[in-house]
Amino acid sequence: MAHGPSQNFFSRWLFSTNHKDIGTLYLWFSFAMFLLGGAFAMVIRAELFQPGMQLIKPEFFVQMTTMHGLVMVFGAIMPAFVGLANWMIPMMIGAPDMALPRMNNLSFWILPFAFAILTSTLFMEGGGPNFGWTFYAPLSTTYAPDTVNYFIFGVHIMGASSIMGSINIIATVMNMRAPGMTYMKMPMFVWTWVITAFLLVAVMPVLAGAVTMMLMDINFGTSFFDAAGGGDPVLFQHVFWFFGHPEVYIIILPAFGVVSQIIPTFSRKPLFGYSSMVYATASIAFLSFIVWAHHMFTVGMPIAGELYFMYATMLIAVPTGVKVFNWITTMYKGALTFETPMLFSIAFVILFTFGGFTGMMLSIAAADTQYHDTYFVVAHFHYVMVAGAVFSGTAAVYYWLPKWCGRMYDETMGKVQFWIAFIAFNITFMPQHFLGLAGMPRRYSDYGLQFADWNMVSSIGAFLYGGAQLLFLYNVIRTIGWGKPISDPQVWEGAQGLEWTLPTPAPFHTFSTPPVIK
Amino acid sequence: MSSENSYYVPEQSKLPLAAATGMGVMAYGAASWVIEGGTSTIFLIGTLIMASVMFMWWSLVIKENTQGIVSDQLKHSYVLGMYWFIFSELMFFVCFFGSLFYVRVLVGPWLDGEAAIGWFDDTATDAAIANATHLWPGYDAAWPPIVTPDQVVTLAANPDATEFQFKGPKEAMSFPGWSFSELMAWLPLWNTVVLLTSSGTVHIAHHALKEGDRKKFVRWLGLTVLLGIFFLFLQAEEYIHAYQELGLTLESGIYGTTFFLLTGFHGAHVTLGTIMLLIAFLRGAKGHFNETDHFGFEAAAWYWHFVDVIWVGLFLIVYVLG
Repeated sequence: MAHGPSQNFFSRWLFSTNHKDIGTLYLWFSFAMFLLGGAFAMVIRAELFQPGMQLIKPEFFVQMTTMHGLVMVFGAIMPAFVGLANWMIPMMIGAPDMALPRMNNLSFWILPFAFAILTSTLFMEGGGPNFGWTFYAPLSTTYAPDTVNYFIFGVHIMGASSIMGSINIIATVMNMRAPGMTYMKMPMFVWTWVITAFLLVAVMPVLAGAVTMMLMDINFGTSFFDAAGGGDPVLFQHVFWFFGHPEVYIIILPAFGVVSQIIPTFSRKPLFGYSSMVYATASIAFLSFIVWAHHMFTVGMPIAGELYFMYATMLIAVPTGVKVFNWITTMYKGALTFETPMLFSIAFVILFTFGGFTGMMLSIAAADTQYHDTYFVVAHFHYVMVAGAVFSGTAAVYYWLPKWCGRMYDETMGKVQFWIAFIAFNITFMPQHFLGLAGMPRRYSDYGLQFADWNMVSSIGAFLYGGAQLLFLYNVIRTIGWGKPISDPQVWEGAQGLEWTLPTPAPFHTFSTPPVIK
Repeated sequence: MSSENSYYVPEQSKLPLAAATGMGVMAYGAASWVIEGGTSTIFLIGTLIMASVMFMWWSLVIKENTQGIVSDQLKHSYVLGMYWFIFSELMFFVCFFGSLFYVRVLVGPWLDGEAAIGWFDDTATDAAIANATHLWPGYDAAWPPIVTPDQVVTLAANPDATEFQFKGPKEAMSFPGWSFSELMAWLPLWNTVVLLTSSGTVHIAHHALKEGDRKKFVRWLGLTVLLGIFFLFLQAEEYIHAYQELGLTLESGIYGTTFFLLTGFHGAHVTLGTIMLLIAFLRGAKGHFNETDHFGFEAAAWYWHFVDVIWVGLFLIVYVLG
């Protein structure tokens, strides 16, 4: 395996079998999608800047909320973590590459096709998907535009991509660990990803089933979601959330993994309670399968169902609490420094915990009747998705970028970006809690005058937050092109793990001969 | 690749991008096809790309294997890949079985205005009461549902009505009872016999191969393929019977919906499994497998056992309890 990357640009990036190149492709693709989904968010916040209809029509507004959700969840966050997994897992477990390198490239290249199909619907007759990212029937079936069929098949191939990517990760972790790298010696990031991959393989087929039922109901006269034929629209919600709840952990577990790598490095202490971290992650994954209907407290479930899903949901706070306390205890009495990745990680711990607590509020079935489908829910899941997943993804890029490209990013610019992002994030989403509690419903293009002030504040925060992402993009490009060259394998003095034994920048092929772990 | 490294990382390949293109074209084509006025052209082009890429890809993997560059560790990656692929397929069926359970056990009684499960509380939910009083008055839930709620309401308003959005079947695919002669005339039972037998024959083929009896392997594997085709033939017969005699179609309410989706996706998987076994048969006839190295066949055999297990679930839940 002496050969390096192909000299031909197209051949290198189109036909790759290299885990680093494919990881890079995933990361750039996800950032492009992040900007696209962010642009949709800007449209939403611009329209909501003031009450009344200013810029766009309501029909287009709901397409924006739908596409923002779909693009961010499936196009930005998920591929970002798959990109990190591609880059880091072989380096962390001492493997030469991913287990199935060609399938790896197939998993990636499906995504541009899937999202081209999905976004092209915006320009078609009838417009894009307008039924919310959760695409509840009958909005997504009986009342959907014809273009919903493109959405359905787009989701199908995107799911195939996720399943193949996950199988690859499972096979890599189970089969490619270097001698001596036992399961309980694996870095937390690897652990969280293998559990995530398991969740993906389990629930992506259920999503495929859900969209297949939609397809049949729309085009072939079946009645899954039609009570007139003996079906039930609520069946859609059950099937969707049986996929959807594990899905939100698919998004957040790798983020836990990233933070569990970064905090020990900048605390200069090993991770506190490693094995409890592993078991907590596994418990969260298990619980994610049996709590789905807490998204549906207001559909008219029997009281026994409401109670069960309420209590089961509250249980999730236990393993999540274990994790939060472990991160805090890792920092306790550590020799802390606050480089950009650490700042993002600490912000993650604080803001994710905040989002977790609003989640506890929402888990109370009786109280949820008040919060359901309001901006309180929007605020809750943006605290865990943005301050959780996106912050940790940003932290991961700052943390590993010097290892990837052998150049150091600009620390000052990184810190400036962090503080803008941190403050702007809170300006954007904190007021949405108040709006939600006061009764403002989500997904509407207009609102009553009593909501005007906080909406304006939220919009200003959103534009600022969007600007911070451009700074991030600039800093990354600047680092890759003109950053200060470094060659120390140990980029961060406190970092532990196999990836830091490799030269900087990381060579094209990882461990041609497996290292031996004592 | 160098000698000290046992894991084979393949050279760059055009196949993944071609496969992704095929999938993209297929997805776009399928969507434009199902929309009214659409045609199948783009979908067929995508299918053609996909089929040729898959042929080339697997030919390449087989070639790599016969050249001996596939290490035991890489083979284990393939094994793990197949395990988890089958697991994902299982979850696809879990989705449809779960939906059947939900509509059958819970939705029926709710449409009828009753509490579905009285373990904790016998009172019907407000939603169920509203169903019975406002939406579907007169609907009497039963399984298999021969009439749909739509039918009941439409007929109540107009007893001469013949047009319905969902018209229940004349008859369902129910269990004929325990009498011997009726059981013998019951097609699903024969389907079960055929499929269980095929699981046995593929097992015999596997053992024959492990013992090095190549001829016996090919013979029993060939028999398995024939049984798979026979099963599909019987299934087609059953569908024709359902459509022409029982009035049981995709449109006949939730019963037709769940029946055809569950058995139909199973049939699709039997088709895929038969193709996999057929390829293994052709390769076996060419002398590709030996006692220890035959994962191409083994994967197909596992898949075959998997569709068999799904069928047993279908037989018990959809047919016997149906």
